[in-house]
Amino acid sequence: MTEPLLRIENLHKTFGKLEVLKGIDMTMERGDVTSIIGSSGSGKTTLLRCINLLEDYQDGVVAIDGDQIGYRTQNGRRVRRPERQIAAQRAMTGMAFQHFNLFPHLTASRNIMLGLVKVRKMPAAEAKEIAAHWLTRVGLGDRGDAYPGQLSGGQQQRVAIARAVAMAPKLMLFDEVTSALDPELVNEVLNVITDLARDGMTMLLVTHEMKFAHDVSSKVVFMHQGRIAEAGPPAEVLRNPKSARLAEFLKGAKF
Amino acid sequence: MDYNFNFAAVWRDFDLLLSGLALGLALAMVSIAIGCVIGLLAAFGMISRRRLLRTVSSVYVTTIRNTPILIIILFTFFALPQLGVRLGKIESFVLSLSVYAGAYLTEVFRAGLVALPPGLREAGLSIGLTEFQAKRYVTIPVMWRNVLPSLSNNFISLFKDTSLAAAIAVPELTFYARKINVETFRVIETWMVASLMYVITCYVLAEILRRVEHRLAIPR
Ligand SMILES: Nc1ncnc2c1ncn2[C@@H]1O[C@H](COP(=O)(O)OP(=O)(O)OP(=O)(O)O)[C@@H](O)[C@H]1O
Ligand SMILES: [Mg+2]
Repeated sequence: MTEPLLRIENLHKTFGKLEVLKGIDMTMERGDVTSIIGSSGSGKTTLLRCINLLEDYQDGVVAIDGDQIGYRTQNGRRVRRPERQIAAQRAMTGMAFQHFNLFPHLTASRNIMLGLVKVRKMPAAEAKEIAAHWLTRVGLGDRGDAYPGQLSGGQQQRVAIARAVAMAPKLMLFDEVTSALDPELVNEVLNVITDLARDGMTMLLVTHEMKFAHDVSSKVVFMHQGRIAEAGPPAEVLRNPKSARLAEFLKGAKF
Repeated sequence: MDYNFNFAAVWRDFDLLLSGLALGLALAMVSIAIGCVIGLLAAFGMISRRRLLRTVSSVYVTTIRNTPILIIILFTFFALPQLGVRLGKIESFVLSLSVYAGAYLTEVFRAGLVALPPGLREAGLSIGLTEFQAKRYVTIPVMWRNVLPSLSNNFISLFKDTSLAAAIAVPELTFYARKINVETFRVIETWMVASLMYVITCYVLAEILRRVEHRLAIPR
């Protein structure tokens, strides 16, 4: 049996006394597009942040391509990996944030180049070409010299996605990437993601856009109070919720 | 009052005043450069998770900010040699002014760092930068641009503080003005010219720095 691209087993995460993830199990194969839905505070963001180690976790396993992320087991004990290894493991996943988090002092093009040059050790000229390629892919081929502050929210988010994808991550994580945007800018960003999905990129996304989740995902996961309450193909989960809670959550959603 | 102004004596030694001015500027520049390094390290100390670093940094900042700068200068010049640290006048003054600047810049940098959105560092980490690289290429450059106006103000202040170096006979502008005063008795003229030189220099510096700030500001 081959190892799945992402394997999460019995993941537990606490903030002080507050247990936010109470034993998450899930796997993703290459090319999967999984959407996580769930009400506020159910732990969706925290789950993504554990996968790229922006949060540490107390128990369980997160493995990408068979490598346990952030920790290894030594003499039966769980030890945190050294900083360099963690940085390298973070580069296996890309992350797009709700608030874009572009580097404001760098142009769109240089935002994308930074990781290529400093992490992938690529010559600047090559990095610049890759940046230009991805900017074109997200429809911003002519805005490479613009600074984030000179771009609209939708454009910034597309640059941010290009910055993450240009690193050629094995898995892309999207955390409510459209929820900080004006309604008229949402579609330009969703189109970029749809385009990446068609390309075969493996993606795990947290979203409140039910129609988008329905159309683009191969699987939908419903989180409730730190657990996965329901999971399955979008048509099943979204159209025939098993639990009253999910039915309640989906009330009024159109897809 | 019928005072006869006579600037001849001052003009005769004007080149001394100019050389004093140049030295003052140089002292301020070297001190702010060293002060920035100290300030940056201490600012990271202040926000460190390690308690020892926090304590050391805040003791430094609190002590220096609550000591008159003249005392720091005199202590460094007169007391350090007693403790076996021998420095020339200029080195001693630069040390004093750097340590003094560092304490104020620590606060500037600390405030600049905590004001950054946490997502900036996280975005850096998420593309695979190490903590050090994220600081070097992302958080410090952004913070730096944000605090430039405070840095300019600090620099101008420091330049004015270089006049205190006269107290330990560093030959800067104030030192020469006093020398000319004593030698020529043109008291009013000497101090008028010296004051004007400070005023004009500070004004020009402020203008230049404002332009530099504008140039380096994050475009939006
Ligand atoms: N750094 C933190 N310290 C303490 N508690 C936290 C922290 N981050 C998140 N939490 C708590 O963990 C729980 C889950 O938060 P999380 O952000 O993962 O929820 P979410 O499902 O992404 O919600 P939303 O839809 O509002 O984004 C919440 O109760 C939140 O208050
Ligand atoms: Mg969230």
